[in-house]
Amino acid sequence: MNRLKVGIIGSGNIGTDLMYKIERCDSLEMKVMVGIDSKSEGLERAKSRGYETIDTGINGLMEKIDLVDIVFDATTAYAHRLHSEKLIAAGKKVIDLTPAAIGPFTVPSVNLTEHFEAPNVNMVTCGGQATIPIVHAINRIIDVEYAEIIATVSSKSAGPGTRANIDEFTRTTSRAIEQVGGAKKGKAIIILNPAEPPVIMRDTVHVLVIEEGHEESIISSIKSMVEDVQKYVPGYRLRGEPQIDGKKISVFVEVEGAGDFFPPYSGNLDIMTAAAAKVANELAKHLLTSKV
Amino acid sequence: MNRSFEILDVTLRDGSHAMRHSFTEKQVEETARGLDKAGVSYFEVSHGDGLGGSSLQYGFSKVNELKLIEAASSVCSRAKVSVLLIPGIGIKDDLQDAVKAGAKMVRVATHVTEADVAAQHINLGRELGLKTVGFLMMAHMASTAKIVEQAKLFESYGAEIIYVTDSAGYMLPNEVTERIKALKENVSCEIGFHGHNNLSMAMANTIAAVEAGASYIDGSLRALGAGSGNTQTEVMVGVFERLGYNTGINLYDILDVANDVVAPFMQRPQEITGSSLILGYSGVYSSFLLHTQSAAQKFNVDERDILVELGNMKAIGGQEDLIFDVAQRLALNV
Repeated sequence: MNRLKVGIIGSGNIGTDLMYKIERCDSLEMKVMVGIDSKSEGLERAKSRGYETIDTGINGLMEKIDLVDIVFDATTAYAHRLHSEKLIAAGKKVIDLTPAAIGPFTVPSVNLTEHFEAPNVNMVTCGGQATIPIVHAINRIIDVEYAEIIATVSSKSAGPGTRANIDEFTRTTSRAIEQVGGAKKGKAIIILNPAEPPVIMRDTVHVLVIEEGHEESIISSIKSMVEDVQKYVPGYRLRGEPQIDGKKISVFVEVEGAGDFFPPYSGNLDIMTAAAAKVANELAKHLLTSKV
Repeated sequence: MNRSFEILDVTLRDGSHAMRHSFTEKQVEETARGLDKAGVSYFEVSHGDGLGGSSLQYGFSKVNELKLIEAASSVCSRAKVSVLLIPGIGIKDDLQDAVKAGAKMVRVATHVTEADVAAQHINLGRELGLKTVGFLMMAHMASTAKIVEQAKLFESYGAEIIYVTDSAGYMLPNEVTERIKALKENVSCEIGFHGHNNLSMAMANTIAAVEAGASYIDGSLRALGAGSGNTQTEVMVGVFERLGYNTGINLYDILDVANDVVAPFMQRPQEITGSSLILGYSGVYSSFLLHTQSAAQKFNVDERDILVELGNMKAIGGQEDLIFDVAQRLALNV
């Protein structure tokens, strides 16, 4: 079967975990890992698995740009703006795992195919990937006036980038709750919990809908959505039953990671890389069939 | 005579928890006027969970906090309004809005081990010319060495004052003394202490903090704050005058605002009940109290069991959603 060739910029935690997920995609072929530190663990792991490695960042990649069709960016929002411009000019598809949010937001279980034509798609945030499917599942039954999500992640799984840019998380997630989830108004809260052993990522979704009722349809819509997410994040599950109290609905989920590069408690990192790999794989299928 | 330290009143912020975030502009204005008249230098006005805290998770504010901040600052001739900002809940834009409404001090609060999420917000506080404070919450959950390490981070971002915050009302006086002393020895910022009275230790802890060198101490009128409330502001004025300190606050005036303004709007007395005692005993964030009562009723389980389990799980500030989850599990006996 035909496959599209993949490059990853950013040989840190996210980029490295993503590499393992790409290996399991049937329409993608892992090809190049790009970093800026030749001694980084990500580059070493990529080399030992037989992939091309580049330690001179975007410029190095641009010299060998024919090696790749799709490029993931797991660096920073600031760097991504520059990377994206160069990659798009070279005709490459860009999948953005930074909070730059230049391209449209994509959450696979909600709008997987909607932005296939966009040159750059953004993967929102970990909290967004875990909760927006639930907001959408409710909104497809009854209009959501207001949706609020609380993402609790272990301190160990929140890297320096997330910590320095915690406001970006809040802003980007709130916007995507509205644009992709369909809520009229969105709000996001993130909590870093330092408990040992580290806690598994937990997400709570509270929404206010425009009218009471439709309980059975709402619950069955949520459960079917959870199954859809499980197809690309097997450790995604409900905790307890959704709670309906008049117009207020509360849903509790937890996300256990696949344990590729991160330990399983880091469901927050896993759901980002799993969602990005899913988007790229489907995009590749689409491009491969439409080319024929 | 110079003040020995500053008593910072948090009635209009920590009290927001006990009031289920229902403060009105009139209540805030009258309280602010009384605090100003009594000689308080700083008092805090925000949603209980800080700027941007109005939510289903913590409770919606009845009146937008910016209106409350504006109402408070409009009636003050000397006193300045402080706001609380918890990164992850509130964002920098909220702080800019609060400054437009009249805030002159910001207290940027993080869990005691997570100070590095606050760098941007502390920078912004200084840029905006605010008195800028780093507020280490749930200080009982970290060793003294860890607290010193985190305080040094706050100091490096530009914080002028660093608080040891006993959010759970768990600490005992010797533990307060040890932490404050270590901070005095290792950082150049002024040091503050914020207590809760869940184990009836708030006043004793506050005295220990002052004796160890704290120069900012928090209190609330009639102890109106989360859990069993805070150190009672008007009692502090009396006690510290007797201990020979100069609080700069007039005892009769502070008693008047406590009893004539705050007491009439309180929804319940700030007693140490079975559940609020368990907050202190298990080391659970004080604002969990009223949410736990609702969850216990809904699932027909004992409030104390919920709180003890939350303590075992090492829940931290802001995790109110966990209360529901725990209550549901206890009800199913799993």
